[in-house]
Amino acid sequence: MKLRVGHLYPDYLNIYADRGNIAVLVSRAARRGLDLEVTGIGLGETPHPGVYDLLYVGGGQDREQALVAPDLAAKGPALRQAVEDGAAVLAVCGGYQLLGRFYRDRYGGELPGAEVFPLHTIAGERRMIGDVLIECELEPGSVQTVAGFENHAGRTIVDAGTEPLGRVIAGFGNDGTSGHEGCRVGRAIGTYLHGPLLPRNPRLADWLLAQAFAHHTGGEPPELDPLDDTLEAVAHEVSAARARSRGGRY
Amino acid sequence: MRLALELALARSAGRLSRLAGRGGGTTLPGKILATIDPAALSMLAARLPEGSAIVSATNGKTTTASLVATILAPRVRLAHNRSGANLVSGVTSTLIEERGAELGLFEVDEGALPDVSRRIRPRAVCLGNLFRDQLDRYGELERLAEQWRVSVAELPAMTALVVNADDPQVGDLATVRPGAVTFGLDDPVQARPSLQHAADSKYCLRCGTPYVYATAYVGHLGDYRCPACGHGRPSLDIAARNIELHGLQAVSFDLATPEDTRRVRIELPGLYNVYNALGAAALSRALGATPQEVGEGLSRARPAFGRAERIDVDGRILLILTIKNPAGANEVVRTLVAAGAPRLAVIALNDAIADGRDVSWIWDADFEPLLERLERLVVTGSRAAELALRCAYAGFPADRLEIVPKLVDALDRGLELTAHGDELIFLPTYTAMLALRKTVSERGHARQYWERAA
Repeated sequence: MKLRVGHLYPDYLNIYADRGNIAVLVSRAARRGLDLEVTGIGLGETPHPGVYDLLYVGGGQDREQALVAPDLAAKGPALRQAVEDGAAVLAVCGGYQLLGRFYRDRYGGELPGAEVFPLHTIAGERRMIGDVLIECELEPGSVQTVAGFENHAGRTIVDAGTEPLGRVIAGFGNDGTSGHEGCRVGRAIGTYLHGPLLPRNPRLADWLLAQAFAHHTGGEPPELDPLDDTLEAVAHEVSAARARSRGGRY
Repeated sequence: MRLALELALARSAGRLSRLAGRGGGTTLPGKILATIDPAALSMLAARLPEGSAIVSATNGKTTTASLVATILAPRVRLAHNRSGANLVSGVTSTLIEERGAELGLFEVDEGALPDVSRRIRPRAVCLGNLFRDQLDRYGELERLAEQWRVSVAELPAMTALVVNADDPQVGDLATVRPGAVTFGLDDPVQARPSLQHAADSKYCLRCGTPYVYATAYVGHLGDYRCPACGHGRPSLDIAARNIELHGLQAVSFDLATPEDTRRVRIELPGLYNVYNALGAAALSRALGATPQEVGEGLSRARPAFGRAERIDVDGRILLILTIKNPAGANEVVRTLVAAGAPRLAVIALNDAIADGRDVSWIWDADFEPLLERLERLVVTGSRAAELALRCAYAGFPADRLEIVPKLVDALDRGLELTAHGDELIFLPTYTAMLALRKTVSERGHARQYWERAA
């Protein structure tokens, strides 16, 4: 079976080793006999709903984000439709911010967002930089920790009643005060965690693959065969320990 | 009088730090002096009869400064922060230690450039390149570039500015400062087929359109031009032509300056070291060196510590190539592969502040051409598992990958796998490199990094 991944603006949004996330998805799919076809979606190209089982948006520097923001906002209706139809989304850092309603910089300038997530982001004085550990419950009763690194000036304010990706154990998270990190709408998740995110968080990678699978078949997300994640577990532990010892400090 | 007392106090602190085994004491005297007298650096710099020169860049500043030091050594007595302590504290410490120096030669951290430059009012400045590096420390490239722009605008009118024209952000500084000297590569034979993954500064500074590269040499360094608005590489005052790469040993090229063109060979490998040599030549020239002195100096140069440095360890040659960001790592990989890739390598990944706490950069670096050719890989450092994952997801077979978390053990394992007389390739991040050199130095094979070469 072939799953289709649409990678938005790979030339512009790639600041935090986003290709590591893609490499993990491809490898973990292949080891389950799934073919993952990754297609770049650039400026002016429309991600037609139904075509992609999973959409990926990475982070960029301010300049690159400003270059793509209007185009991404124009893709908003197609992206919202895709999410409504059950496509999976992973948006990291700048990509997460740009899938909200808007990003306001320190000088009051605003970048428009694609409005996939009910949130907005306002740049603060100090960047929130460091290791971060959160606790998520992607499926009821299945609690897991997710470890990564965050580096963002933006404070993301999620609308009341919207589900965050997780609860912050150590680190800053969305705004450094709410105790929440990321956002989830259906099969779409946005987060500040990079590192990159997926290599040391294989359960999250598998959850995304299962959601993409479900979008493809129209059925339920499958139980994927377990893989040997010994190395992943060690990397996760080291990263989690870093967050506990030094995360969330200016 | 007050400064003299302060100096005596700060010097004692440096000696105490070394005696206590806390490293080279290369920043402590400066930290103390800066605390008790914030104006000390300006006053110390003002005492240098020949003034000061600054080298800054993301990659190559230690090597470039070391080349300049070799060129200028016969003509002038230098205060040079050769240990790589390149913040205000390190520059201050160097001036405290080097009594009787005539000219200050300082590599300066790219983030510290505005501050250091404001304090020492340099006579000449060489700006090499800006690559994404330690985003957790420096923030975004654009911000750094903006700080450099402000810093250049603030330079005294008499200060000579030397910039790498091949880097769009850096080359553009020549346009804001009349009389700036540009350097760059002019050798299409050495061009890469395309920009590396995750290249920086690839969109036009003026209008945001992607640059078109006639030639791309190292990362986003090359001969670029915007097809929309025409912004492009400034013309080159100093250029390298007919470049020859001699494996892991050396490079040679025609060094073309407004005065003459001469063949130069430096005992440092890789195209990136041609950039370092050009920057060093241009800066030395701005400081009064003759073309002959430049040529002879470059040919005498030896690697700076941890930068393609060779250390004999019981009949095996440890070759240390420090890596710390994607652009630098890519060039090291390219140079290794072009020289006929090794069978074995040790890679060390630490995540201390000086390495960058964010290790995501290893996923942006193109290790693949090396991994495809290695028979065995030893990974080590405080983030060895993350590095192992990086290599595993690149398809490197698990049974040929050894994870040896302790650096000393990894060194011994590497030496054990290396035949007598052969080279052991070791790629450490910055603090891993310092620890590695400390280990081999304690075993009696190398000098400590703060000690002067004989």
